[in-house]
Amino acid sequence: MADITQTRVQATTRTTTRKRIRWDHIADHAILIAGALLMLVPVYMVFATSSWDPITIHREGMQFGFGDRLAENYDAALFEYGGFTDSVNGMTMLANSLILGLGFAIGKIIVGMMAAYAIVYFRLKFATLAFWMIFTTLLLPLEVRILPSYEVISWMNLGNTYTGLIVPLIASATATFFFRQFFRSVPEELIEAARIDGAGPVKFFIDILVPLSKTMIAAMFIIMFVFGWNQYLWPTLITTDESLFTLVRGIRQIVQSYADGSETPDYGQAAALAIIAMTPPVLIVVFFQSWFVKGLTESDK
Amino acid sequence: MAQVTLNKVRKVYPNGAEALEPSTFTIPDGELCVLVGPSGCGKSTMLRMVAGLEDVTEGEISIGDRVVNDIDPADRNIAMVFQNYALYPHMTVARNMGYGLKNRGMDKGQIAEKVREAAQMLNLTEFLDRKPSQLSGGQRQRVAMGRAIVREPDLFLFDEPLSNLDAKLRNQMRIEIRALQRRLGTTAMYVTHDQVEAMTMADRIIVLSNGHIEQIGTPAEIYSNPASTFVAAFMGAPPMNLLNAEAGQGRVTLPGGEIVPQAGVNGHAGAVTVGIRPEDVMPSPQGDLTFNVDIIEELGAQRLLHGQMAGQAFSVAVPKDQEAATGEMRLALKPGAVHLFDADEGRRLG
Ligand SMILES: Nc1ncnc2c1ncn2[C@@H]1O[C@H](COP(=O)(O)OP(=O)(O)O)[C@@H](O)[C@H]1O
Ligand SMILES: [Mg+2]
Repeated sequence: MADITQTRVQATTRTTTRKRIRWDHIADHAILIAGALLMLVPVYMVFATSSWDPITIHREGMQFGFGDRLAENYDAALFEYGGFTDSVNGMTMLANSLILGLGFAIGKIIVGMMAAYAIVYFRLKFATLAFWMIFTTLLLPLEVRILPSYEVISWMNLGNTYTGLIVPLIASATATFFFRQFFRSVPEELIEAARIDGAGPVKFFIDILVPLSKTMIAAMFIIMFVFGWNQYLWPTLITTDESLFTLVRGIRQIVQSYADGSETPDYGQAAALAIIAMTPPVLIVVFFQSWFVKGLTESDK
Repeated sequence: MAQVTLNKVRKVYPNGAEALEPSTFTIPDGELCVLVGPSGCGKSTMLRMVAGLEDVTEGEISIGDRVVNDIDPADRNIAMVFQNYALYPHMTVARNMGYGLKNRGMDKGQIAEKVREAAQMLNLTEFLDRKPSQLSGGQRQRVAMGRAIVREPDLFLFDEPLSNLDAKLRNQMRIEIRALQRRLGTTAMYVTHDQVEAMTMADRIIVLSNGHIEQIGTPAEIYSNPASTFVAAFMGAPPMNLLNAEAGQGRVTLPGGEIVPQAGVNGHAGAVTVGIRPEDVMPSPQGDLTFNVDIIEELGAQRLLHGQMAGQAFSVAVPKDQEAATGEMRLALKPGAVHLFDADEGRRLG
């Protein structure tokens, strides 16, 4: 123990005293910086572009510098009603995206936790089979089964509803899988102590398992929220009513008008909308990142 | 308060392993009974069946005058303390202790009162608002004890509660648990693999080996009259010396030809095992037995001399004020020092 501490101290002093430039480090950093630029420059360009008028963008393409239409573009993107029916503005779409993201994340966590609870803690006849069947659905994301899912939803008359938008997305195994792994790592004695303490299955779940899973739930929430928020294909397919459009869907709608040949698409507004669409997931990740890391790495049980 | 009775209780795990052969015994009300034996001998299995965490394959378990085989653990009115504490990590000490009461529908004020009382008894008052992760091992173990006593159960069950503590704390907690159990007068079953714990804490010891009961008795009985070579070797530190010998013509002879004094043979003839505790012999020039000392181990209060007798390993404990040197010496036996066992099955003879 003492040895280890000592070597560690030596190691740190060595790195702080010798500030020689290490060439392999420069290479590492160059790669990292290149990667970061690759990710960030497009975002910056969209942001810069969102401050220009549509004519300039149409003529000269994406912009590096800032124009003078920043406020107008964002105002229009958020509050100006558009679409064929003039029934949707940015705020509506923001709300819809939020409902989709939250509904998807919360629904998925609830379903996933309960399924994992059943599989891990109850002696079900076909628990393993059930688990592997659920697990296989990891290989079948919505995009693979999109046509049958569409059939089912329209047969149930759930097109153009939030239910139709959210529920089919929930049916997959990621959350179940993660919660199962987590529950299996909860010590057996804890369950036994709770049994002796008179906690039945429901009490054990609510009083013990859910609080223990707190960080795991937070991590799942972030992943699932962003995943739901970014859905494009399914909402496009299932919502034709413009008042149900999500942000991601709305961006397409603006650009679409160009293809329709009706007018010059408002690229500035589209760019503004893209930035608006990016913001909530980024905020959530920034605010919850410590929870996020904890949930995926911590084993404080 | 209740007595515990096991009647021909047997356990076979679903994989076919027989963890416990049919066992029968009664623990009288208020006693602390220690189940002791090497790891894997079935101690936890027995305890967990009494707790209701494991199904009983055959036989009957009663707590008080109630057969509990089909009663849920929560309704057996027992409390259990686990080796790794099994505290709820997200609850404060107070909530940990009160959780069982809350589930039984007791009102908040009463719970708080009971928790406060238990905390006082266990010196935990200042830690009531802490989480288990902010406590030391010994304090966590106390909280686990507190969780058990607030319930005022008929029976305490301990499964190696001190194994995760360091030696000093273990001694201290051992005494505390014993005192607490005495004070409350609650019947207790205590599982350990540590024979010192068993000897010091028990009113009654049950020695288990390989799924069957080797012996039941008070610590003194087990020490002075071990029922088998297993018990003889397992209980007592340093362990009893066991020597192969030959019985015949009314006496017991070691391989070298020396005769073991005091050994009553009871007409038994053939191979036997002679058991002699290291502390039951003393160096003496007139002694009957020859002992070759190889190594001297200083323990402070006493010295252990390890060596050979009649070509077999043998140890002797001498008080610290007695000089000792390697080489040959003669040993005399204290009265009642010789235990005789059957050579094949290890059963006690006579
Ligand atoms: N759930 C189980 N399934 C099958 N065998 C088990 C199970 N639990 C314990 N055993 C076996 O039963 C025997 C007794 O185990 P246990 O009671 O835990 O021993 P101890 O507590 O004395 O160390 C061991 O051989 C162990 O391998
Ligand atoms: Mg055990």
